[in-house]
Amino acid sequence: MDFGPYLMLAIMEGALTAAVLALTASGLALVFGVMRVVNVAHGEFFMLGAVLAWWVTQLAGGSPVLGFLLALCVVPVLVGMLAAFVDMTILKRINYDPERTIVATIGTLYILQQVTLMTYGPEARPVAPPFNARIALPWIDMSDGTLRLYWPWGLSITSYKLFVIGAACVVLLGLWSLMTKTKLGLLMRATEQDREMALAFGIPVQRIYAIAFGLGAGMAALAAVLIVPIQQAHYLMGGDPLLLSFIVVIIGGLGSLPGAILAALLIGLSDGIISIFFSPTLAKIFATLFVAFVLVFRPKGLWGTGKP
Amino acid sequence: MMSDSKKDCFAHGGVLLFLFALQFFLPAYHHGNMARIMVLASYAIGYNLIFGYTGLLSLGHAIFFAAGLYGSGLAISQFGFSVGVALVIGVTAGCVLSAVIGALALRTEGVAFMIVTLMFAQAGYLTVLYFGEYTRGDEGFVLAHADRVLWGVSLSDQTSRYFSAFSLFCVSLIMCLALVRSRFGKVLIAIRENEERTQMLGYNVVWYKFCTIILSGSISALAGATYALLFGYVGASFASVEYSIYPLLWVLLGGAGTVIGPLVGMIFMFYLIDLSSGVTTAYMLVAGLVLVFLAVFAPQGVMGEVRSRMWKWLS
Amino acid sequence: MAVLSLLSAQGLSIKFNGLSALSDVSFDVPKGQVRALIGPNGAGKTTLVGLLSGRLLPSSGTVHFDGQNVTNWPSHKRIVQGMGYTFQITSIFETLRVHENVALAARRHQMRDTLVNEVVEWALDRVGLAEYVNDIAGDLSYGHQRLLEIAMGLAQQPKLLILDEPTQGLTESDIEAFKALIDDLRGEVTVLLIEHNMDVVMQVADFVTVLESGQVLFEGVPSDVKASALVRAAYLGGANAKA
Repeated sequence: MDFGPYLMLAIMEGALTAAVLALTASGLALVFGVMRVVNVAHGEFFMLGAVLAWWVTQLAGGSPVLGFLLALCVVPVLVGMLAAFVDMTILKRINYDPERTIVATIGTLYILQQVTLMTYGPEARPVAPPFNARIALPWIDMSDGTLRLYWPWGLSITSYKLFVIGAACVVLLGLWSLMTKTKLGLLMRATEQDREMALAFGIPVQRIYAIAFGLGAGMAALAAVLIVPIQQAHYLMGGDPLLLSFIVVIIGGLGSLPGAILAALLIGLSDGIISIFFSPTLAKIFATLFVAFVLVFRPKGLWGTGKP
Repeated sequence: MMSDSKKDCFAHGGVLLFLFALQFFLPAYHHGNMARIMVLASYAIGYNLIFGYTGLLSLGHAIFFAAGLYGSGLAISQFGFSVGVALVIGVTAGCVLSAVIGALALRTEGVAFMIVTLMFAQAGYLTVLYFGEYTRGDEGFVLAHADRVLWGVSLSDQTSRYFSAFSLFCVSLIMCLALVRSRFGKVLIAIRENEERTQMLGYNVVWYKFCTIILSGSISALAGATYALLFGYVGASFASVEYSIYPLLWVLLGGAGTVIGPLVGMIFMFYLIDLSSGVTTAYMLVAGLVLVFLAVFAPQGVMGEVRSRMWKWLS
Repeated sequence: MAVLSLLSAQGLSIKFNGLSALSDVSFDVPKGQVRALIGPNGAGKTTLVGLLSGRLLPSSGTVHFDGQNVTNWPSHKRIVQGMGYTFQITSIFETLRVHENVALAARRHQMRDTLVNEVVEWALDRVGLAEYVNDIAGDLSYGHQRLLEIAMGLAQQPKLLILDEPTQGLTESDIEAFKALIDDLRGEVTVLLIEHNMDVVMQVADFVTVLESGQVLFEGVPSDVKASALVRAAYLGGANAKA
């Protein structure tokens, strides 16, 4: 394949990464923004989404489409409820103190991860995608002076991957509508702006926190359900999404959901592109140093509005 | 009635004496364990300086430990230097790295600081993997017994290993104790308690933090270098995120902001995990439960609770 | 005038998010004076004091202290040069003992621990907190915590003491004690205080600067300020005034 088509492939794969990352990160941004807490267990909610998706599809048996749909509806809700439970039993008790929350969520990370290890086991298990047609992608050829489309061998994407990208866009739009156009969204944004004032106005801040935490975890789980037919479900798969979501949220800027989405695009695409052309390890080194330096010189992130 | 200060010194001296005497009636299996515990506890003491005393949550201290580990390990395996030189190289590597990272990371605070330290540590881990040709990556490499001889004494020998680990621990503990009791240390505590007030009393807070990061990183690197020399194994896992979380866990469990807390936390965690590994592969579950318990019920850790309830004079 | 000035500001301005909090503020505090800075809420008093102490940096203008141009100096450097500062919302080390609180302030000047202890004793004595020396600072009443903060200021033996609303939250008797303290310090230390309590201002201040909407409205001795129609109009907006 020539450079052009290769680049396009990299972009499409990057778009997929960015889509899933944007979903996961927006969940974290929500929690971070509304509650001002660092949820180190966020990656484990992602992992639970994938593992539970496998479990649900196993239960459903039969058609992958049915199983997948069931998983898509049920799993995020389950994970969200678990998260809300964690919030109400643990986080509320420690009054969302920043340091204690970090410690408690690190503990929760290990608990969730290891319980999964004990029940689901250490193997990676695949989930069948509901549909998976290969779609060849065209590229432009100008070798004989005229513009002509041709289909380079190897340049293709699956219909499922396109679906994931589309679904992510839909969900993010839904989240944006929720935050900007519904009463719940208004309450969450009010609490995010000024917790004391929200309390003074009679807003049930504790309940908002539980909802926000649950919603954030649900977003991560949803992202995982979408990606699990492509990746496999494994008890350690939460680590990378955690790291990447944090990077995205911080770079995009605290308090900025669109910033997080843009950062996800930036990182997803560049990770995809750099990995294809350079060694993945080197790409990761550059990525991590890039994040560090952005934070060092622009502590509010690239689009941040809130306090770092 | 002994003065508070004397009680403090005696208590810590007593611990050191106990540790020294321990080697004479510990069974062989535990000798190696205790040596490992003392080296890692020194790492934790280094971490405690920045976390427990200055109030900065670093999530990337593994890079300093690894700098010492690889600095001394590579010095021997690639360049054939002697143990003494290797040790110096390891510590210097950690010292320089902590100065660089400190200078950059201190431009941020709070969560951003956490992420920046984490990122630098990740970059370090990935760099170790990238240069796998020399570092052998995750698999790591081994230092031969013959290369680990200091002044005619083989460091892999049980007794000398215990004694070396003990010496390292002594140095770390005494340094830490002296520091926190000094004027410098009191400013660190003030910074932890109320940074703005400390700045407005005329203290250059950034400078204090910077010096502490260097000290903390150097002690961590010393522990890393010692680990390579005593146990003869150098591997990338020591540079991973896990090894940045461990000192946090040990310090929190044992009591952040107490000198002896890191050792207590380390011993506790080590044997807790040792025992649970015998029962299940999911032994980190214990770590998770302990952390949650600590966060909710005992945020001050074991020695922290002891200090606030009983021994108020403890440093 | 400039020669005798301990603290002077020329043309200070600062903007927050495009809104001008202070514009073109200039004033001089001669050595040994007790100067009050008053004005309705939102006039920019704490902002001005923030610029003087170095907690904020100006968009334009300069600050001179003790003959030095400190405009770009970080706050700790200005404190070392001889400024003492107390916060509007009391900021002390609540988990540390009262002794340690003041000792931290004193240690920057005194090399020997015996001298530090002497200064601590002296400072606590002056504000009347000597009996609480071994208590945990957080256990003190609010009024006493404010006095502790002043003691910390005194322990630094500053040339200029900047006090941001020092009597807020104090009982009547505490306020009397505070007034006596300022009288005691007069001449020894230059004092700049932000105050809402007009009673205190009238009795304690040598000279008053009135700020309104980020600018200097009026300057004069207390009786002139009290009589000024301008000042009265500014306050009619609803700020508390026990004038």
